[in-house]
Amino acid sequence: MLRTIKVILIMLVVLALALGVAGCGGQQTKDTKDSKQTSAQAGGGQQPAGKQKILVASDTTYAPFEFQDPNTGKYVGFDMELIQAIAEVNNWDYEIRSMNFDGIVPALQSASVDLAISAITITEKRKEQVNFSLPYYQSGQCVAVKASNNTIKGFDDLAGKKIGVQIATTGADEARKIPGAKITDYNTINEAFMALKNSNVDAVVNDYPVTFYFIQQGNKDVKIVGDLRTSEFYGIAVPKSKPDILEKVNSALKTLKENGKYAEIYKKWFDKEPPDFLPGEPPAN
Amino acid sequence: METVISSLPVLLLGAVKTLQITAISVFFGCILGLIAGLSRLSRNRVLSFLAVCYVDFFRGTPLLVQIVIVYFGIPQILKDVQSQLVQAYGITPVFENIPIFFAAVIACSLNSGAYIAEIFRAGVQSIEKGQMEAARSLGMTHGQAMRYVILPQAFKRVIPPLGNEFIAMLKDTSLLSVIGFEELFRRGQLIVGATYKAFQIYLTVAFIYLIMVILISRLVDYLERRLKTGD
Repeated sequence: MLRTIKVILIMLVVLALALGVAGCGGQQTKDTKDSKQTSAQAGGGQQPAGKQKILVASDTTYAPFEFQDPNTGKYVGFDMELIQAIAEVNNWDYEIRSMNFDGIVPALQSASVDLAISAITITEKRKEQVNFSLPYYQSGQCVAVKASNNTIKGFDDLAGKKIGVQIATTGADEARKIPGAKITDYNTINEAFMALKNSNVDAVVNDYPVTFYFIQQGNKDVKIVGDLRTSEFYGIAVPKSKPDILEKVNSALKTLKENGKYAEIYKKWFDKEPPDFLPGEPPAN
Repeated sequence: METVISSLPVLLLGAVKTLQITAISVFFGCILGLIAGLSRLSRNRVLSFLAVCYVDFFRGTPLLVQIVIVYFGIPQILKDVQSQLVQAYGITPVFENIPIFFAAVIACSLNSGAYIAEIFRAGVQSIEKGQMEAARSLGMTHGQAMRYVILPQAFKRVIPPLGNEFIAMLKDTSLLSVIGFEELFRRGQLIVGATYKAFQIYLTVAFIYLIMVILISRLVDYLERRLKTGD
């Protein structure tokens, strides 16, 4: 009996300590913000000696934006070429750190990476946690079902259905607004597509270009139904503690727009010209 | 801190799911394990060979891989077989998909069964030879001796490692998060995905696991002591 009490006491103490640390967590990020900035400036002094090294977070399972070329093992895609072009403009030495999509914002919050490019939609909620560059791609959510399914014809038919999404994406947010729908969150969108093919879910809600690309790659047993539900813009996410990097990303995006490199990459991956405003804020209307 | 408190109900529901899947898996694992463990000890060569294959495969491959195979891999094969049968014999298709709960139970039970098989085998082998000899010289058959003399004693010795297996399985169910099964860890991931409070939420998740494991290990200790009084 005494031993049990002892164990419970120890546990309580550890719990209290840990919660104390957790409680401080919020303030700590604020404190380190300033110190990070100063250290970045201090580091800036040494930079002329070599290229600045940038760590880039990306969920590299999202073709055609970022994925691994199965033959070479290299990361390719629209986002990957864009970040390469940005790095060239800024004279950066960059390294891609592949991680799960739901881990990207936490990684940026702790500033363990310098920026993230991963088809990340700019949302108000994410803006509270990280800074976003100028929008560089316009996207929207679509519904994918099996080609043999004739009952689901768009978002309006999804009530009460089983829906597969990728964890922490805007597609998951959109699917959660559907009344009575049973949502399953997968780590990567490809698992959601597999679940659709295996009939574990009735539909997948995801960014249109990715679903479109997936079907194009020989998955003819899946089809897209209905219209796009949302108009979303992708941005490059940067930790709030690194405004200098955000500035460089934005100026590089402007340079790439002016010298035509952006349009070239866009055309290569999506086979059409980019809208006039990209990269940049869309015209208000 | 508010996020932790407001997410506690959701997390605790996940903890219930975790306990559920663990209990069901270990229960089926015990049945599988008893069969496989005794088959390994059997003098029937074919039976013991099959048991060895089963145990080696499921102890020799990671649970994560087994889960993915059961949920993503097997349905594809079953569907291929089914479509061939439909074409060849005109059978009406019956297999549609594996519900996630079944996939989770199948993968965890098979894995657990392999470990429990070894626990049972070790338990039976730990009973002194003299017990069997004495039982046989009383005129019992091999089967009777097993049932009335060896197994009851073996079960008592098997309780602590079975408790360990239960605790190990409880922690390993967090791997089910890869197929989107909403157990405790997955719910934590989902909350982090929505709130971006990684440290606080995952720490809370860890503590809920810790509390469950400590409670279970106390329970096993208690059972062990109660059974010892009979010695």
